[in-house]
Amino acid sequence: MHTPSSFEVDALVAEDIEAYLEAHQHKSLLRFITCGSVDDGKSTLIGRLLYDSKMIFEDQLAALEADSKRHGTQGEAIDFALLVDGLAAEREQGITIDVAYRFFTTAKRKFIVADTPGHEQYTRNMVTGASTADLAVILVDARKGVLRQTRRHSYLVHLLGIRHVVLAVNKMDLVDYDEATFAAILADYRAFAESIGIGAFTAIPISGFLGDNITTPSPNTPWYAGPSLIDHLETVELDATAAQARPFRMPVQWVNRPNLDFRGFAGQIASGTIRPGDKVRIVPSGKTSTIARIVTFDGDLDEAVAGQSVTLTLADEVDCSRGDMIAAADDPPQASDQFRATLVWMDEEALKPGRGYWLKLGTQMVTATIQPPEYEIDVNTLEHLAAKTLGLNAIGVVEFATDRPIVFEPYATARELGGFILIDKFTNATVAAGMIAFSLRRAENIHWQPVSITREDHARMKNQTPRVLWFTGLSGSGKSTIANEVEKQLFLMNRHTFLLDGDNVRHGLNRDLGFTEADRIENIRRVGEVAKLMADAGLIVLTAFISPFRAERQMVREMLPPGEFIEIFIDTPLAVAEARDVKGLYKKAREGKLKNFTGIDSPYEPPENPEIRVNTLEMSPEEAARYIIERILPLK
Amino acid sequence: MRVLTHLERLEAESIHIFREVVAEAENPVMLYSVGKDSSVMLHLARKAFHPAPVPFPMLHVASGWDFRDLIAHRDRTVREYGLKLIVAQNEEAEAQGINPFDTGSALYSQAQLTDPLKRALTQHGFDAAFGGGRRDEEKARAKERIFSFRNAAHRWDPKNQRPELWNLYNAKKNKGESIRVFPLSNWTELDIWQYIALEKIDIVPLYFAKPRPTVERDGLIIVVDDERFRLAPGEEPVMRSVRFRTLGCYPLTGATPSEAREMNAIIQEMLLATSSERQGRAIDKGQSASMEDKKQEGYF
Repeated sequence: MHTPSSFEVDALVAEDIEAYLEAHQHKSLLRFITCGSVDDGKSTLIGRLLYDSKMIFEDQLAALEADSKRHGTQGEAIDFALLVDGLAAEREQGITIDVAYRFFTTAKRKFIVADTPGHEQYTRNMVTGASTADLAVILVDARKGVLRQTRRHSYLVHLLGIRHVVLAVNKMDLVDYDEATFAAILADYRAFAESIGIGAFTAIPISGFLGDNITTPSPNTPWYAGPSLIDHLETVELDATAAQARPFRMPVQWVNRPNLDFRGFAGQIASGTIRPGDKVRIVPSGKTSTIARIVTFDGDLDEAVAGQSVTLTLADEVDCSRGDMIAAADDPPQASDQFRATLVWMDEEALKPGRGYWLKLGTQMVTATIQPPEYEIDVNTLEHLAAKTLGLNAIGVVEFATDRPIVFEPYATARELGGFILIDKFTNATVAAGMIAFSLRRAENIHWQPVSITREDHARMKNQTPRVLWFTGLSGSGKSTIANEVEKQLFLMNRHTFLLDGDNVRHGLNRDLGFTEADRIENIRRVGEVAKLMADAGLIVLTAFISPFRAERQMVREMLPPGEFIEIFIDTPLAVAEARDVKGLYKKAREGKLKNFTGIDSPYEPPENPEIRVNTLEMSPEEAARYIIERILPLK
Repeated sequence: MRVLTHLERLEAESIHIFREVVAEAENPVMLYSVGKDSSVMLHLARKAFHPAPVPFPMLHVASGWDFRDLIAHRDRTVREYGLKLIVAQNEEAEAQGINPFDTGSALYSQAQLTDPLKRALTQHGFDAAFGGGRRDEEKARAKERIFSFRNAAHRWDPKNQRPELWNLYNAKKNKGESIRVFPLSNWTELDIWQYIALEKIDIVPLYFAKPRPTVERDGLIIVVDDERFRLAPGEEPVMRSVRFRTLGCYPLTGATPSEAREMNAIIQEMLLATSSERQGRAIDKGQSASMEDKKQEGYF
């Protein structure tokens, strides 16, 4: 094995540690991802990079040699792949199934490698690893050429906006370093890359196992005049550096206010540069000010650039908090509340169109409602497929709306300002990653109707506090009966009320909706919006809907000011409701004549902490109504 | 164009992580082991919130068998920077007969480190805890998220970790659940040392070589830090010039023979070293996936 010349030299460490440290201190950092399967020799390549850069200690090497004999696939030779294998269960299976990060350093740069599995069922892992990478190494086996998975990996790399692509044609030793083989693979890949929009890439013939063209040009490939893999990795332009050329943007993370004399806005600069005296605009409010100071622990700075974490103070007292962005005054980003985006679904539970998810973009957290996908993309053929939802590892193009405008840039312009995650409001899992293509309209062009009579005015005139009394429970639990009784009693008390009932809404507003899960979600969303408008008008609104899903009830709760949503759980056991079967529906459902019937073949998720719980086994409808009113009246 | 150095990028990333947690968590805490990684972490926290003070307390899990120098350094640091310190300790250990000489390493670390840590987190209701773990330390950690989600029993489920994309961290959780946050995830041991040198961060003197009274146990050089250490009949500690690459309970932490008395010499020694950092810890011995098992139980 040769000693790579561009790697760190022990001699310098031993002889002149200060010179070494001085040089090391000025290294830059490149993050890259390797794409390929175990068969392509991906782990072997990474193991080789770690080994050649002396990132393996003797005890690790001893363990590696022992492991190589036990689990290895290379006979007596060291199996570098075992170095980068991680969790115990995965090691047994012989494949890596997550994202692992590896570190090595050369004379010029430090590297962080995201190592992810290549199989289709691990698309989410690859997307995760690609999201922070400046460069991608796409491995192909010289004996096999461009495969279906090569195309998939290339598409994902391009989707995630990686600007530098390296096609590493591996195992050249097994094709006798044949130039024609390399040239054929190169031509094949070029045709494909151009078809998906990858403009430029660098192709390198290598052997991860033997080290050809890894650190130095290999004598085995005299016909290849390009750089070795490491040479190339050491010289490509970094995204963070490129970002400095764009207009200034800094999402505000945290307002630093230790005392009345200091108010600073802390954040990591996403793009551009900033100096004291620069004019800035706070978005989305649009207010302008001037940078007073760039504060850091190490003293004030004259200039800060993309990638740095700083604290800015402004010359004027303007409103600015977490979620806002400080941007160049003459070139601010847009804000919008409707978008088209590509989604990569990452959760076992499929996308539920119409349901509200948390959307995190930069430091903004809003509720987003996703439309059914325009189409799903087959990651192997890149065909557009019709889709009603997106399951684990599916990629699709969707439109979505947010509950308030967010500041963004298209993902193609700025990854930090166009990439977002979706979070399930109940499991809190990160369920999807998204990349904004463009906004469907500019929110700043929509002007709210100037309202001179406020919702408070409406409520005051009626001498009451608006409420939404949300009755939920199984079919036949007694929701409508009790809600009716509550409304009657409130009416007698001169309250201004309105009852929204499943039957009256389904015959009009929602007559286009059926009983599938998606339609049920939409049904509740519309009822929620109507209830909200009525509450804005000062009314006490009563709604009687099965509303089986917690997520939708939570969605309505969040539409309303805190405290206005009162969840009333009409708690009747299924057996009792079924025995009553007022409308004969349970019988039909049991006979299979009614599909998606709650409690029979569709789930009911009972409230965990309802404001009011009514046990109908213990109370008559009149008693239940009085019980409810006693609990809401003190709220006035 | 100004190209940021790798240390500047790592620093900016760590600061970003600290601020995200403080903005989104209700009651964060920093696990402060007083070691070199903790010292770097504390330095970064001070930078992240400057000119405001560090807005969360330090939690030190002490076993009662900590190096005296370490405790002195801890108390001095806390005083100097005006930090709030919480010490978690298994007060019953002695009564239960748990000590580093007789107790097996698995039970010892469970009783002295994992359990008191979990108890303290629960008792104070901390919903986010900063830890100094790095991905380069050990294979199982290479896959650890920066925001590592724990259930109400503080357990880690390697199969159920949240994907982490870009610099977007998901800090949402339900009551009782918590998040371990590792701001140093992307730092290597060399980065840590270089940063300590560059920023002139004060670290425990045990990291520097000096003649210390030592004995040998199971192939490790152990420093006899106080009179509680059990010597064999007739055994006399031998003075050796040694230093530590990692700090744990003193009777279980192996020292390295060394003459490195200042920072550059330590870095030089580290770069020329032939064994990885955790080798000095008796607790990590056993099968190579054992760290993963410990993490599932709640150890860092």
